[in-house]
Amino acid sequence: MQHIHIKLFAESPAAVRLADAIPVFHRWIQTSAVPGLLIDVADYSHVINGPGVVLIGHEAYYSLDAAKGRLGLLYQRKAKADGDAAENLRDALKTAQAAAALLEHEPEFAGKLRFRQDQVAVTLNDRLLHPNNDETWAAVEPALRAVLDGYTLVRNENPRELFEVLATRA
Amino acid sequence: MKQSNPHWKERLAGQIPPLLASEIDIFENEIALRLTGKIDEKVFAETRLRRGAYGQRYDNGQRNDGIEARKLAYGRADLTKGPNTLWDAPGMQRIKIPFGGLNATQLEVLAELAEEYSDGIAHITTRQDVQLHFIHIEDTPSVMRRLAAVGITTREACGNTVRNVTSCPLGGVCRDEAFDVTPYAHDCAQFLLGHPDTQDFGRKFKIAFSGCETNPCALVRIHDLGCVAQVRDGKRGFKVYVGGGLGTVPYQAKLFDEFLPVEELLPLAQAMARVFARLGEKKNRNAARMKFLVVKLGLEEFKRLVLEERAALPTDPRWTTPAVLPEESPLHPGALLQIDPATPGFTTWKSDNVYQQRQEGYATVTVALPLGDLTADQLRGLADIARAYVKETIRTTVEQNIVLRWVSESDLPALYDALSALGLNAAGAGTIVDITACPGTDTCKLGISSSRGLAGELRERLAENGAAADDAIRQLRIKISGCFNSCGQHHIADLGFYGVSRNKSGFAAPHFQVVLGGQWTENAGSYGLAIGAVPSKRIPATVTRITARYVQERQSSETFQAYIRRIGKAECKLMIQDLTEVPPYTTDPSFYSDWHDPRVFTLGDMGIGECAGEVISAIDFQLTACEREAFEAQLALEKKDVSQAAKLAYESMLHGAAALLTWRKLGYDHTPDAIVERFREQFFDTQVFFDPFAGGKFAQYFFRAHERRNEARGEESAHRLIEEAQLFIEACHSCYARLSLQPAKV
Ligand code: SF4
Repeated sequence: MQHIHIKLFAESPAAVRLADAIPVFHRWIQTSAVPGLLIDVADYSHVINGPGVVLIGHEAYYSLDAAKGRLGLLYQRKAKADGDAAENLRDALKTAQAAAALLEHEPEFAGKLRFRQDQVAVTLNDRLLHPNNDETWAAVEPALRAVLDGYTLVRNENPRELFEVLATRA
Repeated sequence: MKQSNPHWKERLAGQIPPLLASEIDIFENEIALRLTGKIDEKVFAETRLRRGAYGQRYDNGQRNDGIEARKLAYGRADLTKGPNTLWDAPGMQRIKIPFGGLNATQLEVLAELAEEYSDGIAHITTRQDVQLHFIHIEDTPSVMRRLAAVGITTREACGNTVRNVTSCPLGGVCRDEAFDVTPYAHDCAQFLLGHPDTQDFGRKFKIAFSGCETNPCALVRIHDLGCVAQVRDGKRGFKVYVGGGLGTVPYQAKLFDEFLPVEELLPLAQAMARVFARLGEKKNRNAARMKFLVVKLGLEEFKRLVLEERAALPTDPRWTTPAVLPEESPLHPGALLQIDPATPGFTTWKSDNVYQQRQEGYATVTVALPLGDLTADQLRGLADIARAYVKETIRTTVEQNIVLRWVSESDLPALYDALSALGLNAAGAGTIVDITACPGTDTCKLGISSSRGLAGELRERLAENGAAADDAIRQLRIKISGCFNSCGQHHIADLGFYGVSRNKSGFAAPHFQVVLGGQWTENAGSYGLAIGAVPSKRIPATVTRITARYVQERQSSETFQAYIRRIGKAECKLMIQDLTEVPPYTTDPSFYSDWHDPRVFTLGDMGIGECAGEVISAIDFQLTACEREAFEAQLALEKKDVSQAAKLAYESMLHGAAALLTWRKLGYDHTPDAIVERFREQFFDTQVFFDPFAGGKFAQYFFRAHERRNEARGEESAHRLIEEAQLFIEACHSCYARLSLQPAKV
């Protein structure tokens, strides 16, 4: 699995101002708070249901994302990951969870932002390597089940969209 | 960098027009050559710029994080894609959209590319292009292939080339146009794309078409070549303007011809390109735009030279063979909307964003995009809307919006609902809240202040404080550039701003120079007055002050331009005097950081711009192309295609010889025999090609390759030929370098 995206959803999005992530992400660059080479902050808080505020990195992006009207922490792996499918997924999930925990504790979000522990969206951002079809599902399902043990997996079957699975724990 | 990059070529085989496919293959090979150090970084920079692959802020590997300037530690720190531009640093991909015309499939592909290679956003520019940011250079061939498969090229989107040809988004449906200029803009773009006469400019060349003199849809008078539709005695033609341009010092275009018959359009454009290539400044990029040439020569002399060139041009059948653009037609029958629905926001939206077409019962709808941005999901949603309500008749606009043409008026409520579901139902198109801004410090290397940050802030505040509700204020336009280069077109706005910096007690504070009273109508009829620099954080107060004074003091229906002219520059300056003050850093540090960027402000992040590209002479390009051919010969040999390898190796030598002949302005027939003969006579017999040590040996390789060009070769022989071709091309480079020290024969 390559170019994995992990999205962790906010519990009460109404309390959160997207633009508050701008100073946070600039600080993360100053302190190298998350793994990878961090380059800049892109602000799309003016776009409805958009990418929100994005911390642009070389190996990965981190964002407070508002796509599809669901606020969350989005981790997007850009560079090649070297492990097998389950390893790559586990790494991406761990990195996203660590970033989410960090964000929750930033002064701008303290008491306002908490991420749900029971749901995660996994997206594979490459239509050629991972087309949104049954073959991809068959190929990646074992890794998804191994890493997201105890979650119910629902695939977004819209063929125009990226391969995406919403994992929810009962 | 995408792991799927090696596979797109195969996946899209047969779906890309052959010419575009080979263009992209060439570029991919050039990337491979640069990776192995076989192309000079300057040549590669111009090569990628000509394909729309632009640099981005911080690509020199340096960024101030608010505390200190830090090195961005990319793995391949020694590899560059241009002078002072690191290979791995993300860049911007500009995508040319001639006349702004798009269809639904193209929107879907743009959505995929924004999602897979960029940061999820597609950005519409002030010249109807689309831009994607944060793209890795090694991803660009895949991006280009996926675009080419749906009929879009990025070729000549940047660099010293003919840039996107722009035109009225209302062409064909406008109530005021003389005729639809779309087909002419299209043909002009196609004709000049890759044309040999447009490859040796010292600077970019911008062209625009307008259907009428008055409306501000195409801004022809800020272009190098601007054409306004006219009909005389039932015949179509253009009023032609030349030498316009914004930049540091704006130049109004000059009237070149009152009436140019349409059949003369392409030959005139070609002749103008030849004169610009021949006489335009090449060394000093700051004086290389066409506007400087027109001024230097004087309009009359410029005109004489262009017409003389025109008269000497050999006839090209394409001049009078218009490309057939598919005729636009509506999807649904035209029907008037009898009663506005009670949906909140619909009536305001309809009044701002809906234009009644001259075809009864039809409207053109503007989708107002905040700062020109839209998401992948919104692009897909718009594609669906374009299929459901119109026959995919979509255009981008110079106000960084998108229009849908041929909407049956009775569909407007349903269309509004569909746009609302996508978050694209904002009203205010073409009003004070519809602010135009260049990328500024967000992504541009030359940015001084945050134009997009300011635009976002003003948009929000104007909507909140109700100022935009006053009709006189509502009609005004705001345009913002991050620096004096005017990409945000601040000179032609009612209220224009461009980024500057000021120091106070050792601290730099972001400012904007205020430019008032520019004229957006009459195709950008006149430029505004700069009245003083105001701290960035006080620009919203400045806008409130100026607009309030205008509402209070204007005489009857006096326009904003007339008001500013009447009260004069001194009074304007006085009006904002107190707002120009900056409190000391210790009193209010917020003045020392920019909008939506909390870092302490610095100019340290500015880099060297690439707007103009490197000035690379035609021979540099031609010799680089020869090296690429020799490289492709190697690839063919690797695939055991011996005859192709030999053919490519021989052609690389032939093209090297031709490049030298062209450079020395030694006329020749374009047949291989004639090239060899002329090369022998001018370079071999005279010994000017001779290497100080090897003498004429490398030229002999070429002559031998020519003699044996039709013989079948074995693998070993082909291999040797490739080696000889490489040596011959090296010798061409040396010869060029040696002779450059002597004046070329004119
Ligand atoms: S005006 Fe200046 S900051 Fe804006 S895009 Fe142009 S060069 Fe960059």
